[in-house]
Amino acid sequence: MKFKLFRAPEGRNGGPADPTDAPRMGGQVLPAADAAAERQRDAAATPLAPAPKPAVGAGGPVGATKICARDVSVFYGDKQALYDVSLDIPDKTVTALIGPSGCGKSTFLRTMNRMNDTIPHARVTGRIEMDGEDINAKSVDPVLLRARVGMVFQKPNPFPKSIYENVAYGPRIHGLATSKGELDDIVQASLKRAGLWEEVADRLHSPGTGLSGGQQQRLVIARAIAVEPEVILMDEPCSALDPIATAKIEELIDELRERYCIVIVTHSMAQAARVSQRTAFFHLGRLVETGDTEDIFTNPRERRTLDYITGRFG
Amino acid sequence: MTWLFLPILIAAAVAAFLGGRALARRRSSGLRAHSRPGQHGALALIWTAAPALAVLLAAAVFAPGLEQQLMASGAPEAVQELEPFRRQAFYADAGAVGAGRPAAQIWPAPYAELLPAEGRRAARIDLMLSLGGWVAALLAAALGALYVFSRIRPDLRARNRVEGWIVGALFACSAVAVLTTIGIVASLVFDSTRFFASVPITEFLFGTQWSPQTAIRADQVGSTGAFGALPLFAGTFLIMLIAMTVAAPVGLFSAIYLSEYAGPAFRATVKPVLEILAGVPTVVYGFFAALTVGPAMRGFFNGVGALLAGGPLDPVGQYLMLVQNQMALVAGGVMGIMLIPFVSSLSDDIINAVPQSLRDGSYAMGATKSETVSRVLLPAALPGVAGAMLLAMSRAIGETMIVTMAAGLAARLTLNPLDTVTTVTVQIVTLLTGDQEFDSPKTLAAFGLGLTLFVVTLLLNIIAQRIVITYRQQYD
Repeated sequence: MKFKLFRAPEGRNGGPADPTDAPRMGGQVLPAADAAAERQRDAAATPLAPAPKPAVGAGGPVGATKICARDVSVFYGDKQALYDVSLDIPDKTVTALIGPSGCGKSTFLRTMNRMNDTIPHARVTGRIEMDGEDINAKSVDPVLLRARVGMVFQKPNPFPKSIYENVAYGPRIHGLATSKGELDDIVQASLKRAGLWEEVADRLHSPGTGLSGGQQQRLVIARAIAVEPEVILMDEPCSALDPIATAKIEELIDELRERYCIVIVTHSMAQAARVSQRTAFFHLGRLVETGDTEDIFTNPRERRTLDYITGRFG
Repeated sequence: MTWLFLPILIAAAVAAFLGGRALARRRSSGLRAHSRPGQHGALALIWTAAPALAVLLAAAVFAPGLEQQLMASGAPEAVQELEPFRRQAFYADAGAVGAGRPAAQIWPAPYAELLPAEGRRAARIDLMLSLGGWVAALLAAALGALYVFSRIRPDLRARNRVEGWIVGALFACSAVAVLTTIGIVASLVFDSTRFFASVPITEFLFGTQWSPQTAIRADQVGSTGAFGALPLFAGTFLIMLIAMTVAAPVGLFSAIYLSEYAGPAFRATVKPVLEILAGVPTVVYGFFAALTVGPAMRGFFNGVGALLAGGPLDPVGQYLMLVQNQMALVAGGVMGIMLIPFVSSLSDDIINAVPQSLRDGSYAMGATKSETVSRVLLPAALPGVAGAMLLAMSRAIGETMIVTMAAGLAARLTLNPLDTVTTVTVQIVTLLTGDQEFDSPKTLAAFGLGLTLFVVTLLLNIIAQRIVITYRQQYD
């Protein structure tokens, strides 16, 4: 009865908005939801019974649909990396994309800010809408789109500039600040929101590359939110970090959820369970299953999902 | 003569290898030997060949001197009385006659008769010396082989010993490079001190008159010569500046285009072409400058001058009409073209070394390509690019052929690119071609110039390395 591991204990149905109050099992902070707890009890009884297909965005504290992908396929040259993926991503929610290596989850992530445009011979078909607008339309400038859809990468990649200049990079190129004072305010606010201000306030002008790995990753998150994006894409943001730095980033992700639509690619099932409200499972370039995180982890509809999350492959 | 001996030595070495291997097999049969028989064989080969080679090398180095001494000690009275260099020539001719070749010059009365006898004596000495060398080498090989064969036992660590010899050989090769450089610098310093003994170093470095052609007789005009090298430094600097003005932006921007914008097909075509361009001999650039660019530039400026003459800019026009083929602009410009592939290739490597994650980070922030290049890539690559520029500068300063053909010889203290200037390298070439007398400051001045050139380029290279090391970003 593996799924009991992920089950919230009775009487601890705290809101997921408060991570410290979330149910803990096996040292993991588990997100919980009223509805999820209900379903989990059913799941415990019949773990492999096909659950009723949940409506998009239903269940859990999810907002309105922010990004709507329909039949998205990606080709690198002749090789198809993604097959007809249709997925709705709700606003003010953390959506986790999980799956084994090479399953297309990072590729899908990169379609949402058109980063695949920078790869030669990459081709995207299908339709991706953000707030009802096709982002692949000719009228959409990818440069401006990327200002609305920020991205954090696997390896911390601060620019070889000072901490201040790293955060001020986006506001400068997009002309968000008209004066030095305004820019200072943006930098300070972004660093505070990224939880880094306390640690770097006295050395804003020392190189960003001199920070520790976890600090660098929070710096690039601060850099991403300095341009006030609507969506933040995170491509395995913790895979190069130690557990303590990972915990800080996860805490930060949970705080940022209040303001942004967050999509995170992760290899860690525990991380997906801890930080996300919605989970999508990819395998061999196809979207296998999507739903509320609790559902995916306690009551997956697909055999492959079950095998993956229980560690039978991948 | 020594070369005849080499096959014998090779045969001996091979025999030692085979013998050592067989001996090791026999002595260690049934035992657990430390090394395999082949390694014992290799050790035997080394111990046979190395002493013999050392003896042969010593013989090759010391035989000529010994031969001279033997010839001199037994020479007839008449030869002893000759001037030193004539005596040398006589011994050389005796050696030639002894070896069956004709003498290089016709000798007057007493020497012509002495020559055949002396030739026979020279041949005898020569034979004696080479036979002695061979015997000594064979003896050394035999002793070495004896030593190693007596040592072959199952517990001999032949494998580690061979390893030690290999390390020694590799070290010797790297030492040759370093020692040669030290030797060159030492000779440069030695001859420079002789030059600076006759010309004060301050006059050399800060004097503004350069006219090294000392007259033959003391009462002639310009009998002392003037060795103020400032005009040469100014000319070198001016041409380097012009070359870098051409090469730095063009090379850097073409590198940026190639690494960031160009498609794979274009890149695959242009990169090899640039590399070919880097391989064009400088003398080809030199006659391109002297025969094509120079006359074209003169024609252009003379034409402009003719247009301006008589007008309000009459003095400028008059000046332009007198511009010559040889000017700093031509030499510097062509040198700049020569340096473009150098700068571009180095910068391209450096820009490509900037991690892709920085580009991705910048694009993901909504930056355009040129914003990414100017705000992220170039700052990240700056130390490397600065190093590349300094290396290009040091090449421009040391470049000789283009300036020799296109810059001219007039040592003029000017920063006018249309003037004829001369450079340090050109002056070294003119000082050391043709007749040389190593007791006059005229020839020795070349060593002073060479030392200055060496010091400047060395400093540039050290600074370039320092910049790269100090500002290198820790990406990994």
